[in-house]
Amino acid sequence: MPILPILSVLLVLIAVRQPDFMTPSSLMSFLGRSAPIVLLAAGQYFVIVSGEFDLSVGSLVTAQVVVAARLIDSDPSRTWPVVLLMLAFGSVVGLVNGLITTRLRVPSFITTLGMFLILVGAVYLWSDGAPKGGLSAEFRQFGRRAFEDTPLLGRVPYALLVLLAAAVLAVLLMRSDFGRTLVAVGDNPRTAELNGVRVGRAKTIAFVLSGVAAAVAAIVLGGYSGVSFQAGAGLEFGAITAVVLGGVALGGGRGLVAGAMLGALTLETLFALMNFYGVSGALRPTVQGAIILAAVAVSSMRSSSR
Amino acid sequence: MSSSLSLPARRPAPGVFVALAVTLAVGWLVVAVDGGQLFNQPTMVSLLHVAAGLGLVAVGQTLVILGGSLDLSVAYVISLSSLVAAEAMNGRDGALLPAVGLPLAVSAAIGLLNGVLVTKLRINAFIATVGVGLLLKGYLDHGYDGPAGETSPGLVRSLGYQRVGPVPLSFVLLLAVTAGAWLALTRTRFGHHLIAVGGDPEVARLSGVRSDRVLLTAHVLGALCAGLTGIYLASRLGSGAPRVGTEGLYDLESIAAVVLGGTALAGGRGGVVGTVGGVLLLASIDAIFNQLDVDAFFKQVIRGLIIIGAVAVYARRGPRRVAS
Repeated sequence: MPILPILSVLLVLIAVRQPDFMTPSSLMSFLGRSAPIVLLAAGQYFVIVSGEFDLSVGSLVTAQVVVAARLIDSDPSRTWPVVLLMLAFGSVVGLVNGLITTRLRVPSFITTLGMFLILVGAVYLWSDGAPKGGLSAEFRQFGRRAFEDTPLLGRVPYALLVLLAAAVLAVLLMRSDFGRTLVAVGDNPRTAELNGVRVGRAKTIAFVLSGVAAAVAAIVLGGYSGVSFQAGAGLEFGAITAVVLGGVALGGGRGLVAGAMLGALTLETLFALMNFYGVSGALRPTVQGAIILAAVAVSSMRSSSR
Repeated sequence: MSSSLSLPARRPAPGVFVALAVTLAVGWLVVAVDGGQLFNQPTMVSLLHVAAGLGLVAVGQTLVILGGSLDLSVAYVISLSSLVAAEAMNGRDGALLPAVGLPLAVSAAIGLLNGVLVTKLRINAFIATVGVGLLLKGYLDHGYDGPAGETSPGLVRSLGYQRVGPVPLSFVLLLAVTAGAWLALTRTRFGHHLIAVGGDPEVARLSGVRSDRVLLTAHVLGALCAGLTGIYLASRLGSGAPRVGTEGLYDLESIAAVVLGGTALAGGRGGVVGTVGGVLLLASIDAIFNQLDVDAFFKQVIRGLIIIGAVAVYARRGPRRVAS
């Protein structure tokens, strides 16, 4: 995986500047903080490897967080029902994206762009322009709390455990028959179809997985950083960038889910690095853009000179 | 994947104009029932102003998409161009030509960068142009907190507000740019090559088309059009604005307009006339909702539904293809 050298270089650069970063507990909390974008990258991976795009995930995260806050309204007893509702909501949005893309043959770029507009508009409309209610402490624990003082590792955030569970599931899923089918669909839908694969169904499931991943990311992110209309802003581009950084081909058919998740981690490491090196907040996008372009250029030059 | 063998550029403009007519008719009726008037001069003028701004960038986006590429950096190019123009003019009418030329040169350079990244370095267009967008965003965020510069009063009067009858000068500019792009697509070698490259780059290359150069040109033209939108917006606002492009969602809206206009997102099929139809459709929806005093957020929901719905209708009627 070409992402590993990049990640290593970034980690070394951080270690040089900020040796404290390499202590177990600070690494653990870094991984916990990275959980939402890594989750989104895994979800986005399923869609991208099947040859589609999901531009709706950022707005879905925002919608989920705002809806959760209003429904829970700081009442702890409503936490679990709302968590279930969020997962269901995520699946339904993914299902709708998938059905519109596969059944109505709308390019997924347009489907999910439309869904993005709908979700953002609907959530503002529903909350009259300002987020209402609040999240309960029980809800926020996934993003904030941790197992304190575990041996060796120190502080292990709940978010990290959520992330690990999701990562294991994602890898297992991609090793199953479904995973191979999904890659085949992305590689060549026509061939897959002629081989008896139900292309539309496989793609729809990929969209549902992305929706569920967005729901889980929203639960963690809402807990960590609270409720705002900006909660998920731009995360779709972040997730797609992460997936591509991880060596997954846009257009489908190539790449590993582990690569996608490592891509997201690399992106987060890059942000941490810029933090430690005091790159001004405003200049960060420039540095980010330059590094992404360089990384993707190098890997695509390599793969084209096979 | 696409197996279309029809002569793409010659196809008559697609059903978007039917959709536009229906939208305007229904809109007129609903607004009339509501006690308003859709076809009065102020409404039409503001509709055409909205269409001019989105139209310029969308026509450029059409060229890029026809070539099988994509430009997601246009929103930042628009902001940057508005700032460069307004700062170069600095409130004076003299030296208007260099002050318009500079933002266009900057835009063209960004388009060239996009083109080089996509064709020479073989970076996927989505990532390449998002990356370039990030580069520009950093520059804009770092250098500007708010509006800057001052557009030349002459340009504000002319491009910004002057009208020929009910038609704003900016819309005339859009028509001129569209006509130029239409001629380039249907009557020049560049146009035929561009559509060939968008249809199948490999076949185009084997037929002796210099794909890279064609696509590079499309990216430069696309960015130039975004630059024009930036200059136009600067002449509306009276100054440059660092977030005018992103807040207007010009990147995604321009792509939506292109697709509404019947151009295939995968490239190789479509044209600029349809795009202008798509732009007018989006601007009409906007105007109708403004007349009805519809909540801005509700408007966005309906917009999303209409974009998906319209494209679904095209997909049903278009050439059959494997679900991809």
